[in-house]
Amino acid sequence: MLRACLRGANATARKNCRRSPLTNLQQCRHYTAGESSGAAKVVAAGLVTVGGGVGGAILYAKWDHKFRAAVENNVPYSDWLLGLALGPASQGGVKKQVRIDSQDECKECHDHQEPPVTAMVHPDAEAPLRERPVEEVAARLAQQDLEEQDTVASSLEDFLASSAKATLQAIGAQETALQAIARHTHSLKEAMEAEVPPEEKSAQWKDLEAALADRTSAVNDAGTALLNANEALDSLKSEIDKSKGLKVSAVRPLVLAAEENLHNMVVDLDKVVTKVQSAESESKIVSQYSELVNEAKLQFQREVSSLTPEIQANWKGLTGKLSADDLNALIAHAHRRIDQLNRELAEQRVREQIHIDASLEQQKLEDQKALEKAVLTAVQHIKEDTRLEHERKLSELRDVMEAEMRTQLRRQAAAHTDHVQDVLKVQEQELRADAEQVLGSKMLEQETSYRQLSQEQLDNFTLDMNTAYARLKGMEEAIDSHVVAEEEARKAHQLWLSVEALNYSLKTVEADSPTVPLEGAAQAVRDSCHDNDFALALATALPEESLQRGVYSEASLRARFNSLRSLARRVALVDETHNSLYQYFLSYLQAALLFEAKQEAPPSQLSGEDLDPFKLLSYASFCLEHGDLELAAKLVNQLRGEARRVVEDWLTEARLTLETRQVVSLLSAYANAVGLGTTQAP
Amino acid sequence: MSEKELGKKWDRCLADGAIKVGTGLGLGIVLSVLFFKRHTWPISFCSAAGLGMAYGNCQSDLRSSYLLHRNEKEQ
Repeated sequence: MLRACLRGANATARKNCRRSPLTNLQQCRHYTAGESSGAAKVVAAGLVTVGGGVGGAILYAKWDHKFRAAVENNVPYSDWLLGLALGPASQGGVKKQVRIDSQDECKECHDHQEPPVTAMVHPDAEAPLRERPVEEVAARLAQQDLEEQDTVASSLEDFLASSAKATLQAIGAQETALQAIARHTHSLKEAMEAEVPPEEKSAQWKDLEAALADRTSAVNDAGTALLNANEALDSLKSEIDKSKGLKVSAVRPLVLAAEENLHNMVVDLDKVVTKVQSAESESKIVSQYSELVNEAKLQFQREVSSLTPEIQANWKGLTGKLSADDLNALIAHAHRRIDQLNRELAEQRVREQIHIDASLEQQKLEDQKALEKAVLTAVQHIKEDTRLEHERKLSELRDVMEAEMRTQLRRQAAAHTDHVQDVLKVQEQELRADAEQVLGSKMLEQETSYRQLSQEQLDNFTLDMNTAYARLKGMEEAIDSHVVAEEEARKAHQLWLSVEALNYSLKTVEADSPTVPLEGAAQAVRDSCHDNDFALALATALPEESLQRGVYSEASLRARFNSLRSLARRVALVDETHNSLYQYFLSYLQAALLFEAKQEAPPSQLSGEDLDPFKLLSYASFCLEHGDLELAAKLVNQLRGEARRVVEDWLTEARLTLETRQVVSLLSAYANAVGLGTTQAP
Repeated sequence: MSEKELGKKWDRCLADGAIKVGTGLGLGIVLSVLFFKRHTWPISFCSAAGLGMAYGNCQSDLRSSYLLHRNEKEQ
């Protein structure tokens, strides 16, 4: 939408006024920004609300762990978010080993026991709320105890560490203060008592001032450190009390150890403080003394200056500046001073005892006070010691008791396990016997069934084999018979083929020329029927002439007969007795004058008058026309005389043809019959 | 072939007749001319004689198939 608006605006701008596209865009942006400001406001408000809610939840979760747990349980991925924001939940402990590593500084301290190393404990993940079994509850309780112990231990360790550090710091500071005080005192002593040239004296005084400054600073530091240490020790004490109040048994040794550490630290601190105090008192004396000396010096200087005002303060440095008068005045003053001092000394000696008594009293008081304080502290310390000892002994006793109970329990458990083992052994044996029996029976069953099955299988197999063998034999026989039959069939087929060939060769006749010699075909036929007597006889029955020369077809014979007929008609009257030329003439005349039917159906029985040649010829012609060569031949055979002689060849040919045809048809019929016979089922 | 035999016979007959008649004729003519003072009777006589001989031959030829010949007998 924005883009469309921009485009539209651009287009209009370009079209209208040629303004720079930048301003146009700005306008557009204004326009569109104005339009969508409402939506942006809503979106911004929503985002702010959501962010505020999330932030508030995180902060509250940081403060209230129960809330955090509830949120983590109910809101998915909140645990990740809270972990990211606040760190893991406070139950997770970290492996820490506290070593007080400045043992060499506190050689006189007790042996600081190392608190036991706490192992890392993973806080229990949010388990689903369900009925937990006893072991789980116990485990959880134990885990909780462990966690508490860890917290206590860690807190104790923390406090111990901090207090140890503070104590060490305090002790160190006190030691440095002590050293500074000692240095200062020493330098002060030196400064006062040593007889050194004046320049070095000023240096010494400067050193002294520096030492004093050091001492004051060191004392201040020691004071602050002491305060810190006391604070830390107090907090440790409170922590120990708090942990004692938790009543977790496993914490007790830790608490004990912490208490002991605390006690030791307190003792050390006290010792050092007493040392510092003694050093301070010493230094006080020395400073008092130095003050007195300074005062005396000042007094003396005042006196000297009152006497000799022009002499400078540092009178020790003056050697050649004094005149004799000054020296005399000085000596006189010195004498006077000596007298005064002697008098004061005598006074002092007198007052000495009183002073000493007073100071002794004071000292006694102070000593008593100190003693009391020391006694108090010592008593406290001893009380602490005894209490700690008592606690330790108690814990030891508890440990011993626990160990003994554990051994007893172990013994009982061992006895129980032995008993259970025995019982189990007996049971095992019984079960084994049962199982073996069952196994044996099952095995027997299986064996018998297996044997049965295998026997059955064998029988079946033998049966199958036998049947297969029988069938095979049958098949072989069938095949053999088939082979034989096939052979027969083949032979028959061959015979038939050869006969067909013969038949065909009969047909290979052209008009007026005989067929091919049938020798080849007849030979083929003879070959194809070696073992067949009938066929062989038939094959050999073929007339020789047909074999060599072939036979004429019926058509040619017919045609020939037609030409013969006229001739036979012409010589019809000529026979053995009547065969003169005159007869010939007569017969020719007769033939010219006699008209008979061209064809006449022959009767079934020939009577005498049917033997007339003309009639015979017409009958024969009829027969030939109707394809009956045999009858025609028979009829022609009835011709006598010259007609007979004339048709003799024709007759022979007809006889040949008929013979051959008969033989061939017989052979063909036989071949067909044989073929049919062999192709049928035997 | 047997049917052609007759034809052949007739051919021979005719040929023989023609020869004999012609020979007769010729002889007749010769004789008539020579011996018989150009009478026609020797011509006709000789030609008839020739014809008669031819007839006789023809007939015997035609009959020969019905007669048993010596070599046939021997066979």
